Amino acid sequence: MSLRTPLGAAVGRGSARNGVHHWWVQRVTAVALLPLTLWLLVSLIQLPLTDHAAVVSWIGHDWHPVLLSLLVLVMTWHSQLGVQVVIEDYVHRHLLKTLSLLSSSFLHVLVAAGGIYAVLRIALRSP
Amino acid sequence: MAEFRLPPNSRIDKQAGKTWPAPAGAKNVRTFRVYRFDPNDAGNPRVDSYTLDMDHCGPMVLDALLKIKNEVDATLSLRRSCREGICGSCAMNINGVNTLACTRTCDEFGTGDIRIYPLPHMAVVKDLVTDLTHFYAQYAAVKPWLQSRTPAPPDRERLQSKADQEKIDRPSACILCACCSTSCPSYWWNSDRYLGPAALLAAYRWIVDSRDEATGERLDALEDPFRLYRCHTIMNCTEACPKDLNPAKAIAEIKKLMVERQH
Repeated sequence: MSLRTPLGAAVGRGSARNGVHHWWVQRVTAVALLPLTLWLLVSLIQLPLTDHAAVVSWIGHDWHPVLLSLLVLVMTWHSQLGVQVVIEDYVHRHLLKTLSLLSSSFLHVLVAAGGIYAVLRIALRSP
Repeated sequence: MAEFRLPPNSRIDKQAGKTWPAPAGAKNVRTFRVYRFDPNDAGNPRVDSYTLDMDHCGPMVLDALLKIKNEVDATLSLRRSCREGICGSCAMNINGVNTLACTRTCDEFGTGDIRIYPLPHMAVVKDLVTDLTHFYAQYAAVKPWLQSRTPAPPDRERLQSKADQEKIDRPSACILCACCSTSCPSYWWNSDRYLGPAALLAAYRWIVDSRDEATGERLDALEDPFRLYRCHTIMNCTEACPKDLNPAKAIAEIKKLMVERQH
């Protein structure tokens, strides 16, 4: 039984003085994803997806590798912020929470780096 | 992990519920299934069924509960005071919805049995009485009083324009019944650190008060991943509020103010 006063428990360790940045970046990345995702969808509909050579040349064409790299970066960033909130919501044991947050961050960076590397590798291939 | 099941000693014992039949000769009857828990008993909580003669009962759910307590089973515990929706004491979960028993008629809940439970995810003291200590402490934690360094004029009250008063009219009408906070899943999982819609609505009421001079400190105190940002815009709070207030909008406004002072 804790003899701490109710107000002491409610005030806890005080305000962490952050959270607004996380909230704002999540919204900025969401807004950025709108045109990027739309562009990808429209492009995918128009592409002959069974033709490997055509898709590869589309990836390397013009500004496409830039937009694709941005899409991968912004999408994984947005996803990382979202998954972080889910973990903080539901995982309460300290060690498990820390490990979950770490592995989520590392996994998202891995996916981002892998995706961007794949796009650049195709784009920078000598024709 | 967040607890999705009640601890074993809080689960309802389906066999233990008692049944109190309608009085002989009653024509217009209705059954109330009421959550019962007594900390002095060793057993788990149970649900008792009370069938009342509605021809001799007031129209409100609170009338039925008081009839049960006065005439059928005096061991039933519940909070009530004003019976007109201004004290917030009789907040409970009726047919799955957090509301005030005194402002809702039995007829509003259709024709079937009426299920009456305490406010969700709160520690139960006895029957329909929940422990609101932490909820009230969270209200106190947002410093719900005027903070000002400018002394009040010696000969009159602090002045406020009509438009400024209108900004706090609705948020001030909160009666702290806890219907909103206890309907919020985010509050269920993280009420130790998340302030919840009721306390945040109170904080907003003072943030937008034109006479208050602690707006910055108030925003500082809320800027926290848990205190404020556990709100995920689920909006159960606004749905539940028996006073038709909008805590979800107040929280969204606080988040907007947080961003606006950054840019």
